[in-house]
Amino acid sequence: MSLQPVKFYQTGTFTVGNRLLAPEERSVQANMERTNSLNSGHRACQGCGEALGARYAIDAAMIASQGQLVAANATGCLEVFSTPYPETSWQIPWIHSLFGNAAAVATGIAAAIKVKKAKGQGGDVRVVAQGGDGGTTDIGFGCLSGMFERNDDVLYICYDNGGYMNTGVQRSSATPPAARTATTMPVGPEPGNAFGQGKFMPALAMAHEIPYVATATVADLRDLEYKVKKAMTFRGARYIQILVPCPLGWGAASQDTIRLSRLAKETGTFPVFEAEYGEITGSSKIRRLLPVEEYLRPQKRFAHLFGKVPAVETIARLQALADRNIRRYQMLDKEAI
Amino acid sequence: MDKPYAITLDPGSSLANHTGSWRTERPVYIDRLPPCNNQCPAGEDIQGWLFHAESGNYEKAWQHLTRDNPFPAIMGRVCYHSCESVCNRAQIDAPVGINSVERFLGDEAIKLGWKLVTPAAESGKHVLVVGAGPSGMSAAYHLRRFGHRVTVYEAGLMLGGMMRFGIPKYRLPRDILDAEMQRVIDMGVNVVLNTKVDSILETMQAGKFDAAFLAVGAHIGKRAYIPAGEVSKIVDAVSVLRSMEGEDKPMLGRRVIVYGGGNTAIDVARTAKRMGAEPIIVYRRTRDKMPALDFEVEEAMQEGIMIKWLSTIKEAGDSNITIEKMELDASGFPQPTGELETLEADSVVLALGQDVDLGLLEGVPGLELTDGVVKVAPNMMTGHAGIFAGGDMVPADRNITVAVGHGKKAARNIDAWLRGTEYVAPPKQPVATFDKLNTWYYADAPKTVRPMLDIIRRQSTFDEVQGGLDESTALFEARRCLSCGNCFECDNCYGVCPDNAVIKLGPGNRFEFNYDYCKGCGMCVAECPCGAIKMEPENT
Repeated sequence: MSLQPVKFYQTGTFTVGNRLLAPEERSVQANMERTNSLNSGHRACQGCGEALGARYAIDAAMIASQGQLVAANATGCLEVFSTPYPETSWQIPWIHSLFGNAAAVATGIAAAIKVKKAKGQGGDVRVVAQGGDGGTTDIGFGCLSGMFERNDDVLYICYDNGGYMNTGVQRSSATPPAARTATTMPVGPEPGNAFGQGKFMPALAMAHEIPYVATATVADLRDLEYKVKKAMTFRGARYIQILVPCPLGWGAASQDTIRLSRLAKETGTFPVFEAEYGEITGSSKIRRLLPVEEYLRPQKRFAHLFGKVPAVETIARLQALADRNIRRYQMLDKEAI
Repeated sequence: MDKPYAITLDPGSSLANHTGSWRTERPVYIDRLPPCNNQCPAGEDIQGWLFHAESGNYEKAWQHLTRDNPFPAIMGRVCYHSCESVCNRAQIDAPVGINSVERFLGDEAIKLGWKLVTPAAESGKHVLVVGAGPSGMSAAYHLRRFGHRVTVYEAGLMLGGMMRFGIPKYRLPRDILDAEMQRVIDMGVNVVLNTKVDSILETMQAGKFDAAFLAVGAHIGKRAYIPAGEVSKIVDAVSVLRSMEGEDKPMLGRRVIVYGGGNTAIDVARTAKRMGAEPIIVYRRTRDKMPALDFEVEEAMQEGIMIKWLSTIKEAGDSNITIEKMELDASGFPQPTGELETLEADSVVLALGQDVDLGLLEGVPGLELTDGVVKVAPNMMTGHAGIFAGGDMVPADRNITVAVGHGKKAARNIDAWLRGTEYVAPPKQPVATFDKLNTWYYADAPKTVRPMLDIIRRQSTFDEVQGGLDESTALFEARRCLSCGNCFECDNCYGVCPDNAVIKLGPGNRFEFNYDYCKGCGMCVAECPCGAIKMEPENT
C-alpha cells in the first residue's frame, strides 16, 4: 500500500533518504529544508521515541498543509519536555490547555477557522491535536469520542508509549499485559499489568466510522509520513496512533528505540494498518517474522518473564495476542501463510 | 513591559537550552576499512569505486578504480576475486559480484575510449622496468603517474607477460589485453620489445637509469624425473601455453596427460580440450587439496576433462603411461600403494610449477635469494639500493592481482626513494566487520550471475567462457554493495535523531553533529546501515 515496488536502489525506501532516488521520492525527513517542528533543546530523555515521532508526524503534516497548521496539545511528556514556560521547542502555532481536553480544544479551533473562513478572513488552516496514550485513551477519551462522533475536521495523533511516563511510569489503559509499571509491580500470582480486555484506540476510532484511521511506528518513517499525508487529504475526524518506545518507562537502552519499534511490528505485537470509514484498507506486512520474546527480552519492564524460571505461560499468552493481530490485521503476505 | 495578563517573561526558544551537556558519550563519524578493500592484493578501493558505479557514474567509478589498478578489464576476467569471499553481503544472501562490475567498467572504458590521467609535471628521473607483465606494466603506469620517465624492456615479442603467455584466450581475449596495455603506453611509457636484459647493472649504467623495477616473472617450467621411453613426448605446461600465442601450435596428439594440480594444469588441460584433444589431469592428492581454484576445476569438469585423483606417473611409454594409485597418510601426504594402472597417452604435459630466470642479476652485490626467488624488503627494494623487484620473482602468491599490487607498491617506494624520502602508508582504519552493520535497511537482492558460454562452444573454441554484465545488471550488482564502514548518505542519522542534532551538509558533503544539542543517545549509531558512526566516551 504505502510502498511501491521500485527498481533496485540499494536501500530502497528503508532508509530515511537515498541519494539514488529522485528528490521527490525521498522522505520529508531527508529534506534539508524540513520544518523541524520540534526543535533542538527540548528536554526529552535520550533516545525519546515520542520526540522523534512528533517531529516525523508534524513535519509531514506541515508539508501536507503547505505550512498552514495549528496544533493543540494534551498534557503529558510531549507538552512538558517541549514547552517549559517561557521556552518552547515548537516552531508551529501550538496551544496547550488541559490533560483531557486536547480534542475539544482542537474542535474549537477548527470551528473558529471555519467561521473566519466564512467571513473571508484567514486561509485554509488545518488543525492537529496530539497527546500521549494517557491523554488519549484514558483522560481525554470522552472529548476524543465526541470529536469523532461529530466528525470535526481535526487530525488527532496519539503517541503511544504505553503509560504515564512523565509522572513516573504509571499504568495507562494502553499499557501492555504483563508489563511492569510503578502501579503494576511484578509481584503476586500474575505479576505486572493484568491481561484485561485491552483498549486498542485505533479499533475504537474505527468503530466511530470516521474517514481515516491508521497506526504507524517510528521504525518505518516512509509509512508514517505516507499516513499523515494521506490523513490530511480527508476532511472530518481522523486518527493516527504512533508507537513510540520510551527508554525510561520500558527499561530499554536509548539507542534501541527504533529497533524496538521495528520488533513490535515484526513480532506482530503492534499491528500497522490503515482504515477508511471503519474498514481496513491495507496493512504493512511483516518482513522477517520473529517470536515475541525478541521484542520482550530487551525491555526491563518484561524482565520478570525471563527470570530463573521463565514465565512460559505468560509469554505464550503474549504470543497468542500477537498471532491474533497477525491474523486479524493480515500482517503476513498471502504467500507467506 | 507590555505583556498580557499574568505573563511576566518574554517567550523564548528551547535553543537556549544546550542539552549536549547531558552527554556521557558522543557519536563520531568514521570511515572503516571495508573487508573487500582490506583483502584486495592490488589495494583497490572497491567500496569507493562501487559508490560511483551505484549512481551510474561509470567513468568516475573507472577513474577511481584506476587510481590503484590500471587494468580493470583484465582484472574483471582473470582476478581470483578474493574480495568476494570476504564480502559482508555473503552473510545476507550472496557476495557482491565485484569482479563482474569491475569487468563491466573495464569494458565500458575500452568501448568509450576513456583515458588514464597523465602526469601533471615531469620529475626528470628515468626508471627502468624489466618485464612487460602485470607487475612491470602496473609499476610503469604508477611511475608515469608520478611524473617519471619510464622505459620498459621486454624479452618477448609481445606485451603482457603471463597475461598473454600463461592465461588462455578463453579466459582473457587478446584484444582486451592489448587495449589495456596500449593505454599505459599512451601515457608516454616507452616499451622496448624483444630485448632481454642480460645484466641489470650494465643496462642501468648504459641507459643512465635512476632506479629499476624488475618483474621478469617465472617462466621456466619445473621438471620431474619420469622414466620414459625414447619416443615419448614430455613437454612443460608453460611452453605449451606460450606456443599457443605463436604461429606453430603445439602438437600434443589426442590423448594428453596433464601432470599437476594447479591453475596452470587446469589452463593447459582446457586449452588442449579446445584443440580437439581428450586431456586427463593426473594429480597426486585429492580435490580439496588441489591448489587450483575450485571454480576452475568445476568449469574444467563441466567441459568434460577427466581428473585422476590420488595418482602419480610411474613411467611414460611410447603411447601410454603407467600411473600409481596413492593414498593419503595421517598427515595428509600421498603415499604409494603399489596399485598400477595404464593410460593411453600421446603426450605428457608437466604443470608442476615454475622457476625464475635470475640470469640478469648475476654479479649484483647485496642481493639475497631464497628458494630461487629474490628477497625484497617491505618497500619492495632488493638488497641492492635502487633495484626493486616484484611479481612472480619475489616470495609471494603467484597471481596477476598480487603482481599488479607489487607494481603499485614498488612505484610508490621508488618515487619516494628518488626523492630521498620514504613512503609511509596511511594508517589502516579498523575493518568494518558484519556486526557493525544494520542490515535491516538493505533491500533484498540476490547476486546477478554472469552468463556462461554454451558447453559445446567451450569444448571446441577459444571464445571467452564467461560473459559480461550489461548496463542494467551491472548497476543492480553495484547497488548490492552495502558500503561497509563508509557513509553513503542514506540520511538515516539525520532522520532518526530525536534532537535534530545532525546537520546535513548536502549531497557529497555528508553530515556533522551538533554537539550543543546531541544528548548521546546512540540512535544514529544503531541505525546507521553501514557502521560509519561510533560512540566515544566524553573526556570530562
